[in-house]
Amino acid sequence: MATRQTRTLARFMMAPSVIILFVWMIVPLVLTLWYSFQRYNLQHPDRAGFVWFRNYYFFLTDPAFVQAIGNTLILVVGVLLITVIGGVLLALLLDQPIWGQGIVRLLVIAPFFVMPTVSALVWKNMLMHPQYGIFAWLAQLFGQRPIPWLQDFPLFSVTLITAWEWLPFATLILLTALQSLDEDQKEASEMDGANFVNRFIYIILPHLARAITVVILIETIFLLGIFAEIYVTTQGGPGYASTNLPFLVYVQALLNFDVGGASAGGVIAVILANIVAIFLIRIVGKNLDA
Amino acid sequence: MARAASTQRKVTVTIVAWVVALVIFFPILWTVLTSFKSEGDAINISHFFQTPWSIESYFEVQSRSDYFRHFFNSVIISVGSTLLALLFSIPAAWSMAFAPTSRTRDIMMWMLSTKMMPAVGVLVPIYLIFKTLGLLDNAWGLMIVLMLMNLPIVIWMLYTYFKEIPVDILEAARMDGATLGKELVYVLVPMAVPGIASTLLLNIILAWNEAFWTLNLTAANAAPLTAFIASYSSPEGLFWAKLSAASTLAIAPILVLGWISQKQLVRGLTFGAVK
Repeated sequence: MATRQTRTLARFMMAPSVIILFVWMIVPLVLTLWYSFQRYNLQHPDRAGFVWFRNYYFFLTDPAFVQAIGNTLILVVGVLLITVIGGVLLALLLDQPIWGQGIVRLLVIAPFFVMPTVSALVWKNMLMHPQYGIFAWLAQLFGQRPIPWLQDFPLFSVTLITAWEWLPFATLILLTALQSLDEDQKEASEMDGANFVNRFIYIILPHLARAITVVILIETIFLLGIFAEIYVTTQGGPGYASTNLPFLVYVQALLNFDVGGASAGGVIAVILANIVAIFLIRIVGKNLDA
Repeated sequence: MARAASTQRKVTVTIVAWVVALVIFFPILWTVLTSFKSEGDAINISHFFQTPWSIESYFEVQSRSDYFRHFFNSVIISVGSTLLALLFSIPAAWSMAFAPTSRTRDIMMWMLSTKMMPAVGVLVPIYLIFKTLGLLDNAWGLMIVLMLMNLPIVIWMLYTYFKEIPVDILEAARMDGATLGKELVYVLVPMAVPGIASTLLLNIILAWNEAFWTLNLTAANAAPLTAFIASYSSPEGLFWAKLSAASTLAIAPILVLGWISQKQLVRGLTFGAVK
């Protein structure tokens, strides 16, 4: 259908986007890679030079790195578990006939639109504050001692805050998928006497499988980069108890001015994210063919 | 009999759903309520509903930290980056949807893959480049970064919308003697506008809430609301009511936009994999 003229025009229309995205991706990435092999500290610009893999060696043998990787994994897996399981349950609940369904839906998805710095600060101060927070007030109401959440359970607290932000996303997508389930199929299985558990396992769950996969992959991409929530609540502490990989790179680059070391960390983060990305790209790609 | 049982069931489900929804919404609700208290009353949870309400905190936030400058920074950066992204992406998505070549698919997948790159992987060079060019703490610099960050999502979203415009209708218009200009104005644009509008909305939301680059690339001057609110993380004295007022103002507009565009959100954020 497309003539040569329209093809040329199409290429011309596509070129600007392709070019700026290419530059945006390649130039910084090459620079990061280059810096990662350099001794380069902004405070000591005189001491520079090619150091091969020394930055990687220092970064990878730093106890903070091991902890940061562990924390990153706990954060990602913890939030995924809460949001996917909670999301499925919530989607099943909201798919039922209820009065005021529209409003309930709005209330449930609202946290997703709250900017990360606001949600983290609201949780830190108004809910989790050991003196004036709602949780402390509730604890006292039941005669318990208030828990200093961010002090004693920093990683758990950050996980909880992040899960609150992402639960609406999972719910919204799973609910959308659930609503596309064929009514006839549901009714037929009900008439055949399948109970709820059977219906859930054999009909609903397989139908949701793809949406769940998409939720997991997209959340993982974003969760690997969690930054603001840690930045405004714990600053990665106490010690490195709630430092994840992005926060460690940030500390290295903008607080310790160690460009080389931070770049090595950045390269490692890119490699980790790519492993996830390969799977996501496959799934979305399949969808493109359909 | 069956009817009574289903009504009873509906009552139960309704109660459970409302309780769950209110628990999830509670932090936001509490923030809004606290913003109408004085600082002293804000932490007096036991008598929260007996103490007087006031809008003083809102004035204080403005007078003490020039809230509206940050608000306008947010507006300029999110709307600006979105419009820039549309400028680049409308022609690109258009040509991909209507004149696909054998490489279109690969290009689209490649664009998606740029979105997978963790920001922290390029933080150092971007920071240094911005420092050299004097773009740190500059609204234009941030606008460009956010535009590039969201461009793949914008192109993908537009593509899925354009793809749904039936090509036959263009041919029909041509047969009826419509010129290219008329075809564009009367046929294509009206069909494309809803898709473009929802892409615009979703992208403004994403840019408004972006909190990695905005925190790392701005200081006092160009700081949008994300960075402004973050400055409350090391406060002095009582600040619950002021924090709440600032937060309420920061999330209210985007909450409304988000509620309007929730359907498009699913489609946009899953790259069309879930509709």
